[in-house]
Amino acid sequence: MKYLEEYRDPVAAQQFADAIQRTVTRPWKLMEICGGQTHSIVKYGIDELLPKQVELVHGPGCPVCVTPLELIDKAMQIAAQPSVIFCSFGDMLRVPGSSGDLFSVKAAGGDVRIVYSPTDSVQIAIQHPDKQVVFFAVGFETTAPANAMSVFQAKQMGIKNYSVLVSHVLVPPAMEVILGSPDNRVQGFLAAGHVCTIMGYKEYEPIAEKYRVPIVVTGFEPLDLLQGIYMCVSQLEEGRHDVENQYARAVRKEGNVPAQQLVAKVFRVVHRKWRGIGEIAKSGLALSPEFAEFDAETRFGVSAYTTEEDSECISGLVMQGAKKPKDCAAYGKRCTPDHPLGAPMVSSEGACAAYYRYRRLRSDDLVNVGNNTHG
Amino acid sequence: MHELLEGLLLPSFQNDLLLERHDGATLTIAGTRLAFTTDSYVVKPLFFPGGDIGTLAINGTVNDLAMCGARPLYLSSAFILEEGFPMESLRRVVESMRIAAVEANVQLVTGDTKVVDKGKGDGIFVNTAGIGAVEHGLTIAPSSVRPGDVILLSGDLGRHGVAIMAMREGLQFESTIESDCGSLWEPVAALLAAGIEIHCLRDLTRGGLSSALIEIAEAAQVGISIDEISIPVREDVIGACEILGLDPLYLANEGRFIAFVPEHATTSALEILNRVAVSSGAVKIGQVLENPAGLVTMKSRLGTERILDMLSGEQLPRIC
Repeated sequence: MKYLEEYRDPVAAQQFADAIQRTVTRPWKLMEICGGQTHSIVKYGIDELLPKQVELVHGPGCPVCVTPLELIDKAMQIAAQPSVIFCSFGDMLRVPGSSGDLFSVKAAGGDVRIVYSPTDSVQIAIQHPDKQVVFFAVGFETTAPANAMSVFQAKQMGIKNYSVLVSHVLVPPAMEVILGSPDNRVQGFLAAGHVCTIMGYKEYEPIAEKYRVPIVVTGFEPLDLLQGIYMCVSQLEEGRHDVENQYARAVRKEGNVPAQQLVAKVFRVVHRKWRGIGEIAKSGLALSPEFAEFDAETRFGVSAYTTEEDSECISGLVMQGAKKPKDCAAYGKRCTPDHPLGAPMVSSEGACAAYYRYRRLRSDDLVNVGNNTHG
Repeated sequence: MHELLEGLLLPSFQNDLLLERHDGATLTIAGTRLAFTTDSYVVKPLFFPGGDIGTLAINGTVNDLAMCGARPLYLSSAFILEEGFPMESLRRVVESMRIAAVEANVQLVTGDTKVVDKGKGDGIFVNTAGIGAVEHGLTIAPSSVRPGDVILLSGDLGRHGVAIMAMREGLQFESTIESDCGSLWEPVAALLAAGIEIHCLRDLTRGGLSSALIEIAEAAQVGISIDEISIPVREDVIGACEILGLDPLYLANEGRFIAFVPEHATTSALEILNRVAVSSGAVKIGQVLENPAGLVTMKSRLGTERILDMLSGEQLPRIC
């Protein structure tokens, strides 16, 4: 397929792997931010192609994984109401709340629908004027413009039966939390290509400078990842800490300016709780005052609800790169894709699910699954 | 589904035939070997490019018999209709069933119709059961799979799954992707007629190629190794999967199967399959190993190796 097969070419992949091998002289730890990148790395076995000095740790960029537990609970409370059509991206439906998930609400008779675009939810609201249509607006900067557009359209069209349950999160504040931690092990970043398609990469320059870490905007195909790793390792070996763009076919430095303007109009920056990590200052988006009437939390009176997370799940540490999924005592035993304790075991972008799905064969993983020696 | 089977159904009804966990049961009555199977069809949408619930209801059951190596002969059909289901749609479904039955050379010999209250059904559900004649001495089942066997795939993957998904979600692509729905008896009959020693057959419906391989690896307690680069998937199907975040290896097919045959039969089996229209794209995709028992591994196009795992529930479209 045009523009796809080319980026999965085995010969070119091996050439990049060889180039990384020739460049590296000592151990480096790189973090790929995005869950989509984690998925590709594990699916294609990119880490197997790397010299042993280069270790990849998996970042917090899985939107399903970082959406706080209490928001899943709120979604379930709203979705269970008979007057509501609750619309969501597909992989949010299986994320466990305190008890059950959105699929269980659907099974109990709730009208829960998978949509591909939030603007589809606006159409559903137009088609069902007697119902309240709620869209579950989660995700990073990548999904924010389309979610903002749905609210913007609803306001322009005077649609009163549409609202959004918002839990948007932003990448740069999470990177700062990781880099600012005394336990930080990350020496270089592969920034999330699709986030940067929207936001550009100017905002990463102060981070690279302050923490003296190279940041390479990287795509999602095997060759993207290998090239991104090569660029990052080259910088580390040369003692540089620049922001570079591997994903130039999709990302410009200034990003998608009209999309950013729409996001800035509809949303405002707020402190946001991240599942497994806790609250991070100025790390999320909520509706701006001008669009506050579309806030589902207010409309359905669930704003004040809070809840605590399962203490056994170490997803927060996994998402900050401090632990690998197999370091968790529950991994592969009490926590599997069929019965996830935490969100990273749910989404195909979640590090735990990616490990579980693709890696159980290797001896270190098998030992963990079979004998629980890592717990 | 896997859990339901393992946790409830197998323990409740345990008998040797059921424990084979094949698409149908092969049994002997008064010295005659027969295959017996049933399946229910609840597809949404009812009509899709390349077929409808009627073509599925006939071919699905015909294929379950074919996967036992049995010549499909007689079918039953039971309809559960929701009150108010349009007569015109029912006529269309029945006509599709008639044509599919003629093409598969089976007779529909008994049936039942029930009507449920409006809101208590989803338009129409169809169940079919089938009987076929086993006219050879082979045991075509996971228990016959041996290390060294090669795995042949009858053609490209994922068209039915994408056709349904595109229709359900109102997605349009440059060209319409049609379901591969069709009868699989002809290629199986051709293999049997040529004396190919078939060890196991499995059609790649719900859960796709991955689930079929995993089920057989678990049932036969063998390892299975496949090569990603050998698995044919059409470009438009790959494109749709990229957009929807789906994996073609898990997509449902309605006219594709895998055959486990001894290695020495590889060339002749492929020649035979390639001569039949429905399996003209047949290729070798992998081989059976002694270890690791119960696991399926795939060599990726980059030369790395990974495990294929059973899907939990439906494939869900990703956020971004």
